[in-house]
Amino acid sequence: MNLLSFFNRRASAPVARERLQILLAHERALTGKSDLVAVLQQEILAVITKHIPVERDKIQVKLERGDAVSMLEIDIEMPIPAPAAAEKAAAPAAERPATEVPVAATAAEKATAEAPANAA
Amino acid sequence: MAKVVVVTSGKGGVGKTTSTAALGAALAQLGQTVVVVDFDVGLRNLDLVMGAERRVVYDLINVIQGDAKLPQALIRDKRIETLSLLPASQTRDKDALTSEGVTRVIGDLREKFDWVICDSPAGIEKGATLAMHHADVAVVVTNPEISSVRDSDRIIGLLDSKTAKAEKGEKIEKHLLLTRFDADRAVRGEMLKTEDVLEILAIPLLGIIPESQEVLRASNLGMPVTLSDPASAPARAYMDAAKRLKGEVVAMIIPGQKRRFIAKLFGRRAA
Repeated sequence: MNLLSFFNRRASAPVARERLQILLAHERALTGKSDLVAVLQQEILAVITKHIPVERDKIQVKLERGDAVSMLEIDIEMPIPAPAAAEKAAAPAAERPATEVPVAATAAEKATAEAPANAA
Repeated sequence: MAKVVVVTSGKGGVGKTTSTAALGAALAQLGQTVVVVDFDVGLRNLDLVMGAERRVVYDLINVIQGDAKLPQALIRDKRIETLSLLPASQTRDKDALTSEGVTRVIGDLREKFDWVICDSPAGIEKGATLAMHHADVAVVVTNPEISSVRDSDRIIGLLDSKTAKAEKGEKIEKHLLLTRFDADRAVRGEMLKTEDVLEILAIPLLGIIPESQEVLRASNLGMPVTLSDPASAPARAYMDAAKRLKGEVVAMIIPGQKRRFIAKLFGRRAA
């Protein structure tokens, strides 16, 4: 036990390094050094337009930072081309739930967490 | 063509003034004409570290406000002919610094010297932003310690957005000067490694200055460390950094590397 705590006490630098990397990723985004959301929006648009004609303002990128969980929400409104009518129905349906899964998951978790409490 | 260098860090106490004095003296020892300028109005210390505190008559604020001519305020170093000091005012505050005044003084200094080295105050307020505004080159002084690295990151952001070069759409040259480095502790995982700091801050390395008793001894004596004991580890590290600033290619020697092998052996045995 003593030997273990002695060993752990020594390697504090990796902890410092990790804390800094996380902190600075947040701070750089906040101070606008690299506007993460803007960069993401640009790059996502570039990828999507390779395959589907999407307008710039039809892609919404939102970043919500919370204490425990941060959520990146990407909302893409698909065009309605004539041949891809079937795809239109499928694509948004496939796209949206994928981005909103965390919400659904937390909601579901809450429901299950509340259920036993109610039962008790 | 003169080069204006700002020595900056954000955080206080990491070694900006020590580094300004040492780099200035080292460049002068290499035959360059150098002026070191103290921008820490109200808390001047460069005069003390340079051993010129009793020779201050006029200062930067006097020159900015027209109370003295630039040559009257410049203090020529008694040990190295080509080294001069422009002290800050001790009685005024940073509001006495004006953007136009600083522009004029830096412009005049550019004509007289090869190197104009500005010692920035700590913080990100007016004094610090004015000190960096005209710089061609920034030396970001950082300790291998989390708060220093965080503040350096902030300063790098300001260098990229608030300097004259950045406003013109040009890139300011930035260098990392890692000070108070202890190679043995880094090897043992007790201190951030050079590579860690470089990876996080992503700017090129100018030099690694080892933690050394010689630095305090030099400031006690009022001498830049490259003058007080040129053979000491920090003096050699500063001299190498000055050569790199000049554009020379000098191999990066990690201070304490000789002892590192032994430290590694001990480290392995202990673990």
